[in-house]
Amino acid sequence: MSTRRSFISKGSTIAGVLSLSSTAIIALAPARAWALDLESLTTLQGHTLLVLSRHIFPHDTLDSAVYALVVKDLDTLASDPKVATLLIEGIRRLNEVAGGHWLDISPERQLQIVESIAGGEFFEKVRSTAVISLYNNELAFAHFGYGGSSFERGGYLNRGFDDLTWLPSPPDEASPRRSNR
Amino acid sequence: MKKYDNNDSSVVVIIGSGAGGGTLANELCQKGIGVVVLEAGKRQSTSTFINDEWASFEQLAWRDRRTSSGSWRIATDFPNLPAWVCKTVGGSTTHWSGCSLRMREHEFNALSVYGEIDGASLRNWPLSLGELEDFYDRAEDKLGVTRTHGIPGLPGNNNFKVFYNGAKRVGYRDCHTGHIAINSKPRDGRPACQQIGFCSQGCKTGAKWSTLITEIPAAEATGRLDLRSECHVSRIEHDKSGKVTGVVYFDSNGNEQQQLARIVCVAGNAIETPRLLLMSESSQFPDGLANTSGEVGRNYQRHTTGTVYATFDDPVHMYRGATVAGIISAESDHRPERGFAAGYQLETVSVGLPSIASFLEPGGWGRKVTTPIDDYANMAALWIIGEDLPQSENRITLNRSEEDQWGMPVPNVHYDDHANDVAMRNHGFRQGSAIYDAVGAKRIIQSPPFPSSHNMGTCRMSEEPWFGVVNKWGQTHDIPNLFVSDGSQFTTSAAVNPTLTIVALAIRQADWIALRMGRRDI
Ligand SMILES: Cc1cc2nc3c(=O)[nH]c(=O)nc-3n(C[C@H](O)[C@H](O)[C@H](O)COP(=O)(O)OP(=O)(O)OC[C@H]3O[C@@H](n4cnc5c(N)ncnc54)[C@H](O)[C@@H]3O)c2cc1C
Ligand code: SF4
Repeated sequence: MSTRRSFISKGSTIAGVLSLSSTAIIALAPARAWALDLESLTTLQGHTLLVLSRHIFPHDTLDSAVYALVVKDLDTLASDPKVATLLIEGIRRLNEVAGGHWLDISPERQLQIVESIAGGEFFEKVRSTAVISLYNNELAFAHFGYGGSSFERGGYLNRGFDDLTWLPSPPDEASPRRSNR
Repeated sequence: MKKYDNNDSSVVVIIGSGAGGGTLANELCQKGIGVVVLEAGKRQSTSTFINDEWASFEQLAWRDRRTSSGSWRIATDFPNLPAWVCKTVGGSTTHWSGCSLRMREHEFNALSVYGEIDGASLRNWPLSLGELEDFYDRAEDKLGVTRTHGIPGLPGNNNFKVFYNGAKRVGYRDCHTGHIAINSKPRDGRPACQQIGFCSQGCKTGAKWSTLITEIPAAEATGRLDLRSECHVSRIEHDKSGKVTGVVYFDSNGNEQQQLARIVCVAGNAIETPRLLLMSESSQFPDGLANTSGEVGRNYQRHTTGTVYATFDDPVHMYRGATVAGIISAESDHRPERGFAAGYQLETVSVGLPSIASFLEPGGWGRKVTTPIDDYANMAALWIIGEDLPQSENRITLNRSEEDQWGMPVPNVHYDDHANDVAMRNHGFRQGSAIYDAVGAKRIIQSPPFPSSHNMGTCRMSEEPWFGVVNKWGQTHDIPNLFVSDGSQFTTSAAVNPTLTIVALAIRQADWIALRMGRRDI
């Protein structure tokens, strides 16, 4: 995980390169490099929130580009000064407990500190944002194998709604054959 | 579209256009009666529905502020969203998944069959299954319920295949794709299901019955329905004789309006209906309308629910196809030897990736939440839905310390789980887990209830006026021209999804209102 630093507050970015393990995501992406412009947060704050989201909802093979979407939504919420203060204070506190930069300590230590703040207001803001942002996007759909919007593709009637083959098919009286073809 | 004058006191005013209100409106219009429906939500259509769980939730769900209290987990997990219901034309029938079951005889006689249970306020319905059978029949025909009226069952999806095989291996004999108000073949102007998998997001094909797709257009075609969307009723008014005279509402521009009425029928779902009666307090009725019994808002029931998720070595893709795709009814009978009264159904359910992290372990985080999601594609799920016991203190009250967008007190929803509910849920968890174990589940997760999608009992029917709010026709005991027309009427919750019964009661109520209006009784 990159820990590039920047102290410029406006026009900061976080960036990364899709890891080769995310084949499903690479198929969707126009290019392997990604970057996210931040409006309210600094690059360092953005990175901290990205790593924090990963601790809260750890998926080892899920690309950081998807966690960056959580940061994007937190950055948008931080246009409200109250939220900005909550996030900045929360990050400050992480660093304080870490006795330096929380980002620089071992993942095990990082997690211990996250556990100590779980349930607090800052943690809840990040968790409740991540629980939606992380899973409600095409990259996550591709990664986890969810179909997303299906109406425009005619639903699953002819696209595998009953393609499971590792168990026997139920008899007709329990599950009639489709009658509308 | 028909437009009645706000001072036209000959109309029937119906509050809410969901399962109860939308059905009642159509039935009355078909009989030549003029109806004004006031609906707080906007009107959507198959073309505006969205195949996206969260965006659809924002489009359709009731998100006005509510509070909750009590020992149920909802008060911790979703304190400001105690119920999952809709604010849109069609009400929660836009969200519902169509599972349509009749109540059974013993469920109408809960008190006699289960006996007095400590802490519960059980009563018998003032109604027998026999009296409702014809109306169930008409309701099933109207909704196009599969496996009734010669309508074939739906083909089972992958989630059903897992459920079915597990059921057979643990010895459940009867398991099938259910009685669902989703067309298995084209019928009544609605197409056949395309297995899109967004039933709870409105169904973009219209294969699923809803009052939006079926009842309201049919009522409009009579030229007798004046449907006013984005009109939020804040108060029901009455005269000195104690009869209701009309309603006050905020229109789509936020202006206060009044509509006079010959009869008012409240069908705002089981939280808003009692709230509105309570908010309509006056010097003559200081405890709210129709509340001399003190029962308005009490006996709130929401079904004993829980979800069992299981992951497997191989793919399931549960999101493909109908949300509720199969049922096991073997646990629905009253068999006290299991350690609890009444029973429950097991139904398949699918949860999309966008919302699964919120529901698996509400408020949770870390690997116990994410490890199962890593196997999302290989996941199956089922839902427990059982009869919960009415308790007098489980109730809707006005929370006067908080206001909604109209400056009205928000409803507080209080619910304590009864020991019977807890025992039943645990039994359901065990049986549901056994089903998945039997087909090789890798991991099983037992999740607590979602915000309540089934809401009942808060203006319950009773023979004696002191035990409830309405009589067997949904007419309030206190006020002859004030009716309750939704699930609030339920005396007990029964181990069946509520909507078919709500619709059957609305059809029956329409017949009775028309008869009484004809005789000038009301
Ligand atoms: C996701 C989901 C799945 C479901 N699946 C099933 C199922 O498979 N089977 C089943 O039987 N049931 C199911 N249900 C439950 C079913 O939707 C409800 O039981 C049914 O719709 C309730 O009918 P109702 O008339 O009481 O209220 P609703 O259908 O909720 O209608 C109430 C209407 O009143 C309006 N309203 C409320 N207050 C006011 C006011 N003051 N002024 C104006 N308008 C107002 C609301 O906006 C709403 O449109 C499901 C529900 C959900 C959320
Ligand atoms: S699965 Fe069937 S009912 Fe559900 S949304 Fe699709 S077409 Fe409609």
